Amino acid sequence: MDGLLEILGGVLLVAGTAFLLFGGIGLVRMPDVFNRIQAGTKATTLGTLLSLMGVACMRPEWGLKLLVIGLFLLFTNPLSSQVLARAAHRTRGRKSKATTVDLLLEDEEKES
Amino acid sequence: MVDVLIWLSAILAGSAFLLALYRFVKGPFPCDRVVAFDVMTIVTITGIVLTALVEGRGVYLDVALIYALLSFLGVIVVARYLEGGF
Repeated sequence: MDGLLEILGGVLLVAGTAFLLFGGIGLVRMPDVFNRIQAGTKATTLGTLLSLMGVACMRPEWGLKLLVIGLFLLFTNPLSSQVLARAAHRTRGRKSKATTVDLLLEDEEKES
Repeated sequence: MVDVLIWLSAILAGSAFLLALYRFVKGPFPCDRVVAFDVMTIVTITGIVLTALVEGRGVYLDVALIYALLSFLGVIVVARYLEGGF
Protein backbone atom coordinates (compact mmCIF):
# COMPACT_ATOMS: atom_id res chain seq x y z
CA MET A 1 0.00 0.00 0.00
CA ASP A 2 1.30 3.43 -0.89
CA GLY A 3 1.97 6.08 1.66
CA LEU A 4 -0.40 8.94 2.26
CA LEU A 5 2.12 11.50 0.98
CA GLU A 6 2.45 9.65 -2.34
CA ILE A 7 -1.30 9.56 -2.88
CA LEU A 8 -1.49 13.27 -2.05
CA GLY A 9 1.29 13.90 -4.56
CA GLY A 10 -0.54 11.91 -7.24
CA VAL A 11 -3.76 13.84 -6.67
CA LEU A 12 -1.88 17.17 -6.86
CA LEU A 13 -0.18 15.98 -10.06
CA VAL A 14 -3.51 15.10 -11.69
CA ALA A 15 -5.03 18.42 -10.57
CA GLY A 16 -2.09 20.37 -11.99
CA THR A 17 -2.12 18.63 -15.35
CA ALA A 18 -5.90 19.10 -15.48
CA PHE A 19 -5.25 22.84 -15.20
CA LEU A 20 -2.74 22.52 -18.05
CA LEU A 21 -5.46 20.84 -20.11
CA PHE A 22 -7.89 23.67 -19.27
CA GLY A 23 -5.27 26.13 -20.46
CA GLY A 24 -4.97 24.22 -23.73
CA ILE A 25 -8.73 24.14 -24.20
CA GLY A 26 -8.90 27.88 -23.53
CA LEU A 27 -6.13 28.42 -26.07
CA VAL A 28 -8.21 26.69 -28.74
CA ARG A 29 -11.63 28.05 -27.78
CA MET A 30 -10.96 31.72 -27.00
CA PRO A 31 -11.76 34.17 -29.81
CA ASP A 32 -8.96 36.69 -29.45
CA VAL A 33 -5.21 36.85 -28.87
CA PHE A 34 -5.62 38.74 -25.58
CA ASN A 35 -8.11 36.18 -24.24
CA ARG A 36 -5.74 33.44 -25.37
CA ILE A 37 -2.90 35.04 -23.41
CA GLN A 38 -5.09 35.04 -20.28
CA ALA A 39 -6.13 31.41 -20.68
CA GLY A 40 -2.74 30.21 -21.78
CA THR A 41 -0.61 31.87 -19.12
CA LYS A 42 -2.57 31.95 -15.86
CA ALA A 43 -4.01 28.43 -16.02
CA THR A 44 -0.72 26.88 -17.08
CA THR A 45 1.22 28.71 -14.34
CA LEU A 46 -1.11 27.30 -11.68
CA GLY A 47 -1.03 23.88 -13.31
CA THR A 48 2.75 23.71 -13.44
CA LEU A 49 3.11 24.87 -9.83
CA LEU A 50 0.59 22.25 -8.66
CA SER A 51 2.42 19.54 -10.62
CA LEU A 52 5.76 20.56 -9.12
CA MET A 53 4.18 20.44 -5.65
CA GLY A 54 2.86 16.95 -6.40
CA VAL A 55 6.31 15.72 -7.48
CA ALA A 56 7.80 17.34 -4.35
CA CYS A 57 5.31 15.38 -2.23
CA MET A 58 6.33 12.14 -3.93
CA ARG A 59 10.09 12.79 -3.80
CA PRO A 60 10.83 15.08 -0.82
CA GLU A 61 14.58 14.93 -1.51
CA TRP A 62 14.04 16.85 -4.78
CA GLY A 63 12.18 19.62 -2.98
CA LEU A 64 14.86 22.31 -3.29
CA LYS A 65 15.36 21.95 -7.04
CA LEU A 66 11.60 21.86 -7.62
CA LEU A 67 11.25 25.00 -5.50
CA VAL A 68 13.86 26.75 -7.67
CA ILE A 69 12.03 25.73 -10.86
CA GLY A 70 8.68 26.87 -9.40
CA LEU A 71 10.05 30.24 -8.28
CA PHE A 72 11.63 30.78 -11.71
CA LEU A 73 8.33 30.01 -13.44
CA LEU A 74 6.48 32.26 -11.01
CA PHE A 75 8.79 35.15 -11.92
CA THR A 76 9.06 34.63 -15.67
CA ASN A 77 5.53 33.63 -16.74
CA PRO A 78 3.81 36.97 -15.95
CA LEU A 79 6.73 38.78 -17.59
CA SER A 80 6.46 36.83 -20.84
CA SER A 81 2.67 37.22 -20.90
CA GLN A 82 3.03 40.98 -20.46
CA VAL A 83 5.57 41.22 -23.27
CA LEU A 84 3.30 39.10 -25.50
CA ALA A 85 0.30 41.31 -24.74
CA ARG A 86 2.28 44.43 -25.57
CA ALA A 87 3.49 42.89 -28.83
CA ALA A 88 -0.09 41.94 -29.73
CA HIS A 89 -1.25 45.46 -28.94
CA ARG A 90 1.46 47.13 -30.99
CA THR A 91 1.00 44.91 -34.02
CA ARG A 92 -2.73 45.78 -33.96
CA GLY A 93 -3.92 42.21 -34.21
CA ARG A 94 -7.52 41.37 -34.88
CA LYS A 95 -9.79 41.91 -31.88
CA SER A 96 -13.03 40.08 -31.34
CA LYS A 97 -16.24 42.09 -30.91
CA ALA A 98 -16.37 41.21 -27.22
CA THR A 99 -13.02 42.91 -26.55
CA THR A 100 -14.11 46.51 -26.21
CA VAL A 101 -11.92 48.09 -23.52
CA ASP A 102 -8.42 49.15 -24.59
CA LEU A 103 -7.10 51.57 -22.00
CA LEU A 104 -3.56 51.61 -23.41
CA LEU A 105 -4.85 52.75 -26.81
CA GLU A 106 -6.95 55.50 -25.14
CA ASP A 107 -3.91 56.70 -23.21
CA GLU A 108 -1.79 56.80 -26.34
CA GLU A 109 -4.45 58.77 -28.19
CA LYS A 110 -4.72 61.19 -25.29
CA GLU A 111 -1.00 61.81 -25.26
CA SER A 112 -0.63 62.34 -28.99
CA MET B 1 -2.69 3.50 -7.50
CA VAL B 2 0.05 6.11 -7.78
CA ASP B 3 1.19 4.69 -11.12
CA VAL B 4 -2.34 5.14 -12.49
CA LEU B 5 -2.37 8.76 -11.29
CA ILE B 6 1.01 9.44 -12.91
CA TRP B 7 -0.13 7.95 -16.23
CA LEU B 8 -3.39 9.92 -16.07
CA SER B 9 -1.49 13.16 -15.52
CA ALA B 10 0.85 12.29 -18.41
CA ILE B 11 -2.18 11.80 -20.68
CA LEU B 12 -3.68 15.12 -19.55
CA ALA B 13 -0.40 16.99 -20.17
CA GLY B 14 -0.05 15.35 -23.57
CA SER B 15 -3.53 16.42 -24.64
CA ALA B 16 -2.80 19.97 -23.45
CA PHE B 17 0.33 19.91 -25.62
CA LEU B 18 -1.70 18.70 -28.62
CA LEU B 19 -4.29 21.47 -28.17
CA ALA B 20 -1.52 24.09 -28.00
CA LEU B 21 0.05 22.50 -31.10
CA TYR B 22 -3.29 22.89 -32.92
CA ARG B 23 -3.30 26.60 -32.11
CA PHE B 24 0.37 26.84 -33.12
CA VAL B 25 -0.33 25.34 -36.55
CA LYS B 26 -3.62 27.10 -37.20
CA GLY B 27 -2.53 30.61 -36.27
CA PRO B 28 -3.98 32.87 -37.59
CA PHE B 29 -1.58 35.63 -36.45
CA PRO B 30 2.07 35.43 -35.36
CA CYS B 31 1.11 36.56 -31.85
CA ASP B 32 -1.23 33.55 -31.51
CA ARG B 33 1.59 31.28 -32.51
CA VAL B 34 3.94 32.78 -29.94
CA VAL B 35 1.30 32.36 -27.20
CA ALA B 36 0.85 28.74 -28.23
CA PHE B 37 4.63 28.27 -28.18
CA ASP B 38 4.75 29.68 -24.65
CA VAL B 39 2.07 27.22 -23.48
CA MET B 40 3.89 24.36 -25.22
CA THR B 41 7.14 25.11 -23.40
CA ILE B 42 5.39 25.32 -20.02
CA VAL B 43 3.70 21.96 -20.65
CA THR B 44 7.06 20.52 -21.72
CA ILE B 45 8.63 21.57 -18.39
CA THR B 46 5.93 19.56 -16.59
CA GLY B 47 6.65 16.68 -18.97
CA ILE B 48 10.38 16.74 -18.17
CA VAL B 49 9.62 16.73 -14.42
CA LEU B 50 7.23 13.80 -14.94
CA THR B 51 9.95 11.97 -16.86
CA ALA B 52 12.36 12.57 -13.98
CA LEU B 53 9.75 11.15 -11.59
CA VAL B 54 9.13 8.04 -13.67
CA GLU B 55 12.78 7.37 -14.41
CA GLY B 56 13.83 8.22 -10.87
CA ARG B 57 16.68 10.48 -12.00
CA GLY B 58 17.15 13.83 -10.33
CA VAL B 59 19.47 15.07 -13.08
CA TYR B 60 16.49 15.73 -15.34
CA LEU B 61 15.37 18.51 -13.01
CA ASP B 62 18.44 20.52 -14.03
CA VAL B 63 17.43 19.95 -17.65
CA ALA B 64 13.96 21.30 -16.80
CA LEU B 65 15.45 24.41 -15.20
CA ILE B 66 17.71 25.16 -18.18
CA TYR B 67 14.80 24.49 -20.54
CA ALA B 68 12.65 26.98 -18.62
CA LEU B 69 15.42 29.61 -18.87
CA LEU B 70 16.00 29.15 -22.61
CA SER B 71 12.30 28.97 -23.54
CA PHE B 72 11.62 32.15 -21.59
CA LEU B 73 14.42 33.90 -23.45
CA GLY B 74 13.09 32.59 -26.77
CA VAL B 75 9.55 33.83 -26.13
CA ILE B 76 10.83 37.26 -25.05
CA VAL B 77 13.08 37.60 -28.12
CA VAL B 78 10.37 36.57 -30.60
CA ALA B 79 7.80 38.86 -28.97
CA ARG B 80 10.15 41.83 -29.09
CA TYR B 81 10.91 41.03 -32.73
CA LEU B 82 7.21 41.02 -33.58
CA GLU B 83 6.87 44.33 -31.80
CA GLY B 84 9.33 45.83 -34.24
CA GLY B 85 12.86 45.82 -32.89
CA PHE B 86 14.30 46.48 -29.46
